[in-house]
Amino acid sequence: MSPPVLGKDLVGLEYLTADQILLILDTAEPFKEVSERPIKKVPALRGKTIVNLFFEASTRTRISFEFAEKRLSADTVNVATTGSSVSKGETLVDTARNLEAMRIDMVVIRHPSSGAAEFLGNRIRSNVINAGDGRHEHPTQALLDMLTLRDRFGRIAGLKVAICGDVLHSRVARSNIWGLLKLGAEVAICGPATLIPREFAELGVRIFPRIEEAIEWADALNVLRLQLERMSSGFIPSLREYNRVFGVTRERLAKAGREVVILHPGPMNRGVEIDSDVADGPASVILPQVTNGVAVRMAVLYLLAGGAPDWRSAPTPGDDR
Amino acid sequence: MTELLIRGGRVIDPSRGTDGVADLYIKDGRIEAVGRNIALDPGVEVVDAAGKVVAPGLIDLHVHLREPGFEHAETIATGALSAVAGGFTAVCAMPNTDPVTDSQATVGFVVRQAIRAGKARVYPIGAVSLGQKGEQLTEFGEMVQAGAVAVSDDGKPVATSHLMRTALEYARTFGIPVADHCEDMSLATGGVMHEGLIAARLGLQGIPSAAEEIMVARDIILAELTGGHVHLCHMSTRGSVELIRWAKAKGLNVTAEATPHHFTLTHERCLGYDTNAKMNPPLREAADREAIRQGLRDGTIDCIASDHAPHHYDTKEREFDEAPNGIVGLETALGLALRELVEPGLLPLPDLIARMSTVPARIFHLPGGTLAIGAPADVVVFDPTRRWAVRREDLHSKSTNSPFLGETLLGQADVTIVGGRVVFNRSDRPIS
Repeated sequence: MSPPVLGKDLVGLEYLTADQILLILDTAEPFKEVSERPIKKVPALRGKTIVNLFFEASTRTRISFEFAEKRLSADTVNVATTGSSVSKGETLVDTARNLEAMRIDMVVIRHPSSGAAEFLGNRIRSNVINAGDGRHEHPTQALLDMLTLRDRFGRIAGLKVAICGDVLHSRVARSNIWGLLKLGAEVAICGPATLIPREFAELGVRIFPRIEEAIEWADALNVLRLQLERMSSGFIPSLREYNRVFGVTRERLAKAGREVVILHPGPMNRGVEIDSDVADGPASVILPQVTNGVAVRMAVLYLLAGGAPDWRSAPTPGDDR
Repeated sequence: MTELLIRGGRVIDPSRGTDGVADLYIKDGRIEAVGRNIALDPGVEVVDAAGKVVAPGLIDLHVHLREPGFEHAETIATGALSAVAGGFTAVCAMPNTDPVTDSQATVGFVVRQAIRAGKARVYPIGAVSLGQKGEQLTEFGEMVQAGAVAVSDDGKPVATSHLMRTALEYARTFGIPVADHCEDMSLATGGVMHEGLIAARLGLQGIPSAAEEIMVARDIILAELTGGHVHLCHMSTRGSVELIRWAKAKGLNVTAEATPHHFTLTHERCLGYDTNAKMNPPLREAADREAIRQGLRDGTIDCIASDHAPHHYDTKEREFDEAPNGIVGLETALGLALRELVEPGLLPLPDLIARMSTVPARIFHLPGGTLAIGAPADVVVFDPTRRWAVRREDLHSKSTNSPFLGETLLGQADVTIVGGRVVFNRSDRPIS
């Protein structure tokens, strides 16, 4: 086995180099094909045990990770907070120590507190993969976004990507900002000023107050989900006004006079941040994003387990031969 | 009562503006003489202070001793021990205990526990409002009778402008300050660190500097309205320093303190989600830290207070969002002040001692802060040149939640004397 090329954990893209990010994307390429086979399984993680520890509701990410793990032949256990000792008041550190005591190899964690994945990674020997921590990072989402952009444009460097919507509360936005900047893309954020942290300008991120300006500028829009509770907490006056002022609509896109590729991490609020004819239109890569999610997560799991960059030529981790 | 001679140290007394090598003679719990070649009765105990500084004992206007209610984190006895190990001879205990220190009885309890501990003097600060609920004024008069030296709802701001106004007016009767934790809760609620680039990167909710400054402005305006004495706790922003400078230029009765962590650290210390960098007010930006330092230099910030806030390690070993605010500070305050303020030439040593002893004594009208003949013999002997590493196992507090663990500080208390009695002696050697 080669030395771990990503380090022990994948906490966020802020902590990776451009080379490491490219390695993940390149490693994902051959894994795409595994999911197209009639028998969708390779032995790369045979004998590895992985716990999917989800402290927040998740459908897409949890299932995507689970498929990635199963297609690599890992043994997996899903722990959701309801019905577990967490709902009995167990602390994160105690949960972690108990998992460790069962000698697991990897933990995929989704948690409502920023920093939870790093906290866990610093306290257990197992590899930790961040499947979203609070508003901090969601690295595999950004990786699958970048893989999808690369599929579409053939490159990341030089692309103009505008991240639109509730950037303040978005871990997807933060991971995309780091990943895209590291790979040489130009990044903008756009949304109501109440949901746009101005500090990101210090990282070289452009800020567009109007969605029309972002569309005019961008090669691709990554449209974030607007959490419905943002209205009750006073960040926006109403969903209707949000759609009127910031919604990604066909009319607005038409004014660009060229194709603007549309990404969305899901789940979508159709008619709020994005109109249905945009989401379902020819420039949308929303479903390819989901497909790429499995390949990217296979790549991350495989590399963290110590796999060599090209899995087909490498011995299976944990294999005796 | 025992007699004690502290021999050959650099005796610095900001209360009288004196600074020079001398002997300090203590008798019957009071300063008896300061000078050279003091004639001794045989058998008088001697502290050799050659190469060390002899100063009025340090006074901390802002500590949390956690008793009653949170004795797993600290008790009055362990807190008072931590104080004397840090060179403090007197500390003022904030009322956010359980039950809240908001009555004659609860104030009296703190006084009794401190006497029983027999280390640093502990002066209780009573709550402004019953249960710190921000509604009904407490009985200031009865609490003062029982030993309270100020009132505060610390941990929280004095909730409304009306309550602050009445507290300032009522406190004038007793000549006590109202100490306020300045935070506009409608801006700060949910925040866990300073609002800025680091919070944006970490995905943590920020507390804007404006949350503090709005309350500082409110309190200054109410000090003018009422003529009462506002003491502004743990100032952390450059805007607050500017507001206080303005208030002082107008001659208002406003005093302010700053903590060692706010003149030492910035919000970058939160990177990595270290919960020992989580406190309220939060660590701010480099420009804020610089403004606090300049404020201490020019006297806009009157004094240094530790905001000693012990927490059991379990409660800090949490997600950043969930961890409680605060750090222990009594044993690192002097070493940080010497390293950060005196060594770089920002504050001359006598001025530092003023800001950590003489001035705080004046602000809360406490005995101490002086080596004048006849004053209570509250004295610290410290080595201003010793570099020492902060190690968990060396701290005397019951809790060790400090962001300075592993750091090298400059200067450390060796002998601490309260009322003429040696209550702390770092060396194994007995006083000869």
